[in-house]
Amino acid sequence: MNITILKYIFFELLRSRFVISYAVFLAAISAGVAYFSNDELKTSLTLLNVVLFIVPLVSLIFGSIHFYDSEEFIEFLLTQPISRNTVFRAEFLALASSLSIAAVAGLIPALILNGISSTFIFLLFISASLSFIFTGLAFLSSSMNSEKVRGIGLSIIIWLLMSVLFDLIVVLLIVVFSNYPLERFIIIVTALNPIDLGRILILLKTDASAMMGFTGASFKDFFGSTAGMIASAFSLVMWALIPYLFAIRTFRRKNF
Amino acid sequence: MIRIRLNITVLLITLLTASVAGSKEITVCSTCGVTTIAQALAESSDGDVIILKPGIYKEHSLTVANRIELRADEGAVLDADKKGPGITIKHDSVRIAGLTIRNVDVSYINDLSAVMVDNVSGCVIERNVIEDTFFAIYLAGSSMCKVEGNRIQGQAKTESSSGNGIHLWKCSAMYVADNQITGHRDGIYLEFVSSSSIRGNYSGRNLRYGLHFMFSDSNSYSGNTFENNGAGVAVMYSKFIKMTGNTFKNNWGESAYGLLLKELYDGLLEDNLFFRNTAAIHVEGSNRIEIVRNDFIENGWALYLLGNSYENKVTANNFINNTFDVSSNSSRNNNFYSENYWDKYKGYDLNRDGTGDVPYRPVSLFSVILEKSPESIIMLRSVAVDILDAIERVIPSVIPETLIDDRPKFTRYSNDRDKGTS
Amino acid sequence: MIEIKGLHKTFGKSCALDGADLDCGRGSVCALMGPNGSGKTTLMKSILGLVLPDSGIIKVNGKEIKGSYEYRHDIGYMPQNVNYPHNLRVSELFEILSELRSAEKDEELIREFRIPGIFGKKFGQLSGGMKQRVSAAIAFLFRPSVLILDEPTSSLDPLSAEIMKEKIRKSRQEGCCIVISSHHVSEVSEMADRLAFMLDGKIVIDRGIAELKNGTGEIRLGKIIAERLNMN
Repeated sequence: MNITILKYIFFELLRSRFVISYAVFLAAISAGVAYFSNDELKTSLTLLNVVLFIVPLVSLIFGSIHFYDSEEFIEFLLTQPISRNTVFRAEFLALASSLSIAAVAGLIPALILNGISSTFIFLLFISASLSFIFTGLAFLSSSMNSEKVRGIGLSIIIWLLMSVLFDLIVVLLIVVFSNYPLERFIIIVTALNPIDLGRILILLKTDASAMMGFTGASFKDFFGSTAGMIASAFSLVMWALIPYLFAIRTFRRKNF
Repeated sequence: MIRIRLNITVLLITLLTASVAGSKEITVCSTCGVTTIAQALAESSDGDVIILKPGIYKEHSLTVANRIELRADEGAVLDADKKGPGITIKHDSVRIAGLTIRNVDVSYINDLSAVMVDNVSGCVIERNVIEDTFFAIYLAGSSMCKVEGNRIQGQAKTESSSGNGIHLWKCSAMYVADNQITGHRDGIYLEFVSSSSIRGNYSGRNLRYGLHFMFSDSNSYSGNTFENNGAGVAVMYSKFIKMTGNTFKNNWGESAYGLLLKELYDGLLEDNLFFRNTAAIHVEGSNRIEIVRNDFIENGWALYLLGNSYENKVTANNFINNTFDVSSNSSRNNNFYSENYWDKYKGYDLNRDGTGDVPYRPVSLFSVILEKSPESIIMLRSVAVDILDAIERVIPSVIPETLIDDRPKFTRYSNDRDKGTS
Repeated sequence: MIEIKGLHKTFGKSCALDGADLDCGRGSVCALMGPNGSGKTTLMKSILGLVLPDSGIIKVNGKEIKGSYEYRHDIGYMPQNVNYPHNLRVSELFEILSELRSAEKDEELIREFRIPGIFGKKFGQLSGGMKQRVSAAIAFLFRPSVLILDEPTSSLDPLSAEIMKEKIRKSRQEGCCIVISSHHVSEVSEMADRLAFMLDGKIVIDRGIAELKNGTGEIRLGKIIAERLNMN
């Protein structure tokens, strides 16, 4: 694997104004939250909401913008003896990992102020996973649309769909079918959405899980079990992998 | 309250005068003439004082049948060695102080206890240390007793194999104060108890309830702290209960409450702090309770009122950082909310009178959905739920029109109670 | 050496290449001419693998290029214009390229195009002409045997354009196969030995320059082309 390009793009992104301001922005929020709540658990819960909202949005939109902005350079690179797969993989890995690093770095102030805990480590892990997943989705929507406006528009729609509409539909289904046993259905459905999965995995680790009562207990049984852990990890990996594979497939057929 | 104090004063005076008039002292120690408590009790007569010197007394199943005073020096330990109960008091006006009692075994047939008070009037049980016993202090059919300053520590593992810390059954005019109770089934248990006062106790890490009231009218409890109990505090099937200045905190768990009120009538809940409980107050079939000037901070549910509760008044409380402020399973509102401070209030106060100009709706749409379909708790803290709640607040459609605080306080009521929130 | 047979490419409804054939052997300069949108750039990009043709065969140095990228080791390419990342320094780009190619840079060429003076600069600070100079240098940098130059002189300063022409002549002598697209008839008749004229995705004229001139007795290449087109 040729890592010249990956190395270059990665460092280029790390010192880019956008990635730095993203990290600083998150750092300001996490420092603020940690300072005012002064309690590791409360900080984790508040930051969880911030992470679930911001990380997918930023990864999707910045991912798309970056993809379009890099198009000319990508075209230039492809005139060199290097395969499309290598270039695409380099772009994806560089962007996803620099966004992950920015997200994790942005949460570090809370870690310093409130101390380390397994919940917080988990939060860092979720932030990094969501960065990878939504960068992949951004690349998919961008490689499918040659027009920048449409690509970014599609990214925003993907975000709305996954962080808002999906949940609304699930709530609606739960209410409509409340007479039926729904636990299994809900577990499957939430595992299908990485944002929900991240939220539930963290909630179950905090004392908010006590509020989930008997319903929560069955979720906890599942997600706490080895099978549940494997299923969650599998779902997250698939979410990172499948959009990436579709995107690379489109990219390989693209005409510049 | 005043009546109880008076009773106790009278009792103490009686005790004192009795000991002056022709009573004797019996000293018990390993090198004394009397070496066992049983022997001392057998030799005693009304008005005597038994002084227990330091040492471990391996005795059990003792009975106090005379009006005596048992005064233990520090280091005097009654070790029942898991062979039977500790001391049973069967005479009025007995005092037991400063004694350490240990190792009363679990029994599934008898309510074995360290100190059993059986049908007497006017006993004093104070400053004792009770460790590893099934029941610690068990009072039955008695009145005008004082249980004060005892340190009670159990090793309860399961509800069925453990007893209560201070257990009162069919008692009246009792005074239970400043005790520390941990590691039992219920910290303090009252059944058919009336006109009694429970104050300044600490009840924590008990398996079931920190305090458990049943069929006990006209009692008050104040200034107690209930912390980390399996299910919090339960007050059930009682009338005229005053609950003031207590702290209910960290009662977290899938079925834990800060305070469970079940079929309670005409109670007063005032100046209490509810901090980090799954449900701060769970109200079931209870009427005419006044919930005034309490702090509800960081609870899952601050108030959970079932639809069969009527005419309860919720006024001048602080609601801060609770996931749900008010929840109900009913689509009708039968209770009254006014002048509370709600941190989620988004209104304004144009005329600056300290009261918000638009009413506050303390029930969120999500809590209503949750009532219908408990499974939707899976969406807790999701963006979609915030949006739903926001929409319902702007265009109310599901939540009853009358369920409002029409005079929401604009700024938080200040008191120094949040010192307890750490 | 480039061999192209029956190349077709459509973008949506518009047909960019419609059965283009081209042969460009060693030691020859083949000029692509034609109006805008006639398919010159698409043809060049097809050789580079940037455009994937619907059908047809492209061989570079005897090997078909489909599905391969290694053949680009032999190709030097100068695009019409390119925007390099703003934060990228010229020296960094040269380093990346030599790492990618794992080949020796032609240091003399770098000096010829006056690159060392702007080595430390970021592309964001460079003028269009300077960027073109870098692009020109990159095309020749690793002594490729095939050169594809898309309007190479159009936005170069006159001095660099002269150096460019000189480089083309030299490369041809060294046996390179060079494809140039150009709008300038004079430039073509000066440098090229073959002319391929494109119209609507087809190559309508494909002759040696000398042959074209001989056949008519006319000296001006532009006029010859115009007559040829009328004949067709």
